[in-house]
Amino acid sequence: MEASKKRQSEMVQEISGTNPLKCMKCGKCSASCPAYEKMDIKPHQFVSYVINEDVEALAKCDSLWVCLSCFACVERCPRDVKPGKIVDAARQLAVRQKGGSYLVPDEIPALVDEDLPQQLLVSAFRKFRR
Amino acid sequence: MHGIGVFVCHCGSNIAATVDVKKVVEMARLEPGVVHAEEYQYMCSEAGQERIATAIREKNLKGIVVCSCSPRMHEATFRKCAEKAGLNPYMVEIANLREQCSWIHKDIEEGTEKAVILARAAIAKVSLNTSLLPGESRVTKRALVIGGGIAGIQTALDIADAGYEVDIVEKTPSIGGKMAQLDKTFPTLDCSACILTPKMVDAAAHERINLYTYSEIEKVSGFVGDFTVDIRKKARYVNMDKCTGCGVCMEKCPSKKALSEFNSGLNNRPAIYTPFAQAIPNVPVIDPTQCTKLKTGKCGICERFCQAGAIDYTQKDEIVTRKYGAIVVATGFEIIKLDNLEEYAYSQSKDVITSLELERIMNAAGPTKGHLERLSDGKAPKNIVFVQCVGSRCDESKGKPYCSKICCMYTAKHAMLIRDKYPDVNVTVFYIDVRTPGKNFDEFYRRAVEEYGVNYVKGQVGKVAPQPDGSLLVHGVDLLDGKQLKISADMVVLAAAVEPSPSVRKIATMLTASIDTNNFLTEAHPKLRPVESPTAGVFLSGICQGPKDIPETVSQAGAAAVKVVGLLAKDKLLTNPCTAKPDELMCNGCGSCANVCPYGAISYEVKEINDHGIRENRRVAVVNSALCQGCGACTVTCPSGTMDLQGFSNRQILAEVDAICR
Repeated sequence: MEASKKRQSEMVQEISGTNPLKCMKCGKCSASCPAYEKMDIKPHQFVSYVINEDVEALAKCDSLWVCLSCFACVERCPRDVKPGKIVDAARQLAVRQKGGSYLVPDEIPALVDEDLPQQLLVSAFRKFRR
Repeated sequence: MHGIGVFVCHCGSNIAATVDVKKVVEMARLEPGVVHAEEYQYMCSEAGQERIATAIREKNLKGIVVCSCSPRMHEATFRKCAEKAGLNPYMVEIANLREQCSWIHKDIEEGTEKAVILARAAIAKVSLNTSLLPGESRVTKRALVIGGGIAGIQTALDIADAGYEVDIVEKTPSIGGKMAQLDKTFPTLDCSACILTPKMVDAAAHERINLYTYSEIEKVSGFVGDFTVDIRKKARYVNMDKCTGCGVCMEKCPSKKALSEFNSGLNNRPAIYTPFAQAIPNVPVIDPTQCTKLKTGKCGICERFCQAGAIDYTQKDEIVTRKYGAIVVATGFEIIKLDNLEEYAYSQSKDVITSLELERIMNAAGPTKGHLERLSDGKAPKNIVFVQCVGSRCDESKGKPYCSKICCMYTAKHAMLIRDKYPDVNVTVFYIDVRTPGKNFDEFYRRAVEEYGVNYVKGQVGKVAPQPDGSLLVHGVDLLDGKQLKISADMVVLAAAVEPSPSVRKIATMLTASIDTNNFLTEAHPKLRPVESPTAGVFLSGICQGPKDIPETVSQAGAAAVKVVGLLAKDKLLTNPCTAKPDELMCNGCGSCANVCPYGAISYEVKEINDHGIRENRRVAVVNSALCQGCGACTVTCPSGTMDLQGFSNRQILAEVDAICR
């Protein structure tokens, strides 16, 4: 990524519209997540990764493609931090990096588990339905 | 006015770091009427006050301006200092260079410019000040305590022991409050009833304490030292003088479907009831929403069985009007509604309960006679999960933003008591932080972990899912082990947040006592005046002011009592002379001012007015200066400019505006 670590962290906050500093580290997001077992970086860790300006690690992780965008974490977060939206934002950053033109269609089968729905579509649906 | 002195305070670096105080002094010297100006590090210190006093005496100052902190902080200090030096205290003006200037500016030039303007405005005002003399008002030597929980009882006992009459007004049929519902109390595990009921008896038996139970505050008027309060004594339908408290009526009452408030709605009570066996007074009330006789006219069983002839279906609410010198608010708390936290399945399963409900279940006088059992099927639970911070520390869309403070300790208490009595029951506590500041508190929590084997898991519960077999699947997380947990529990206990009793809003409005965004009553000063409301004569005791446990509540109750006693010990109070004053010659008696006065201080009289030689009878406004609080609403309402506020006259305010705009 070209942007500085700080800028990347800010971008995630801008895209997601969340303030990770509101997090009180209760872990309710991770307790609620149905895809927790398959995640390499857990939902609650997404929040602290953004605080610690390590978006690069988020952009590379598998969790981006494991998250179901069910938004249980967004719904239940007591502090209104919305971890699911941070996952969403990190995913968008990752997607934007791919030659600047979103996902390269040929790459999709490699990234997506056949049994899982296509996250970006599902996510967009959930997001704009609200 | 000639002979004005200006005193500029550095407030250490609070003011001096952002305001060039020397410049302010220099500029003040140029103002008309100023004969003396100086700066000093701490004007409020003894040395600073001495400088002011010396200048007043030596230069024969007629008015002074102190450029310092907010008048809320030290206006009284400087007025006293001026008075000692022989100057009328109302010839003192404060220019707020700290809160309204240095603290909010970063740039020293901007800060200084504003400081000079603020000083100039204060000088312009003081040059129009006139000497004012405070009046006197009497003190009614009786206190009112609103709320009969442990806070109210303790406050009343302490005031009464000091020799003053106290009335307790309690809205439920008995005093005792929430503490009466508790089973054991942390950190010593004494039985709550065993330490509370003697205090209830003391309060009831005290010759200087009078109880108004099943009563509510209807109206409050007056002011510090002389409040007039209307108390609504709700109809009990039982004659308190005749009733012997035998309890036959409660046994015989056929309508037993009402939920027991005392047992948190876990079992039923009759329509005629006392909340609990040790209730004080031990006189039942008839719940008119449940009683068949009152609803349909048919029944009358309690009346037939009452040997004392105490039942009286014709009783009506009664309004009692009393006078008080001081009022203590001790309205306590409620547990929040859990509608916004449906993921914990509180409304879906009988076995998901609040901690207060668990108190009743654990209590020997409770719905299960103290046996720990599931409310759904009466079976003994084997796995219990406690969830902390339910609705506390939340974003405002989800719950309360504050920490409820008592939950960590009572959850440790519950977990410990269960493991002690039922060692084969597994107890898991999900926590975010364990907060145990307090004497012997952390030791208590550690005992729960180390001696009683309570399993504390760092992490929150995401969801409680009731299963078809009646168990509860708890989805949680162990953040320290990095594991998601799914625990099959048969009882889940929620440490739900506390909130101020909803009735407090109405009471605060009647008292004109201020309240914060969470409905907690505001203190006059969070550190230095924690048991006083900013409204004179109103004091705070217990959770109505902020979450607190029993030891803290009792300490605060004592503190509030001392403040009340300090007030009632005075025979007379000085009243603020900055009150409204009508110019009778200009008043046309229109009535606008009386309409807006929030204190009922304005009335009208027909008086003979001598208007430049013409004598005629006119209807004119009259201000009762004892009632007037100097809010100024009348002065801005008056269409003819008749009303003026002493110490803040229209001329003075406009002089300030002119000075600022110069």
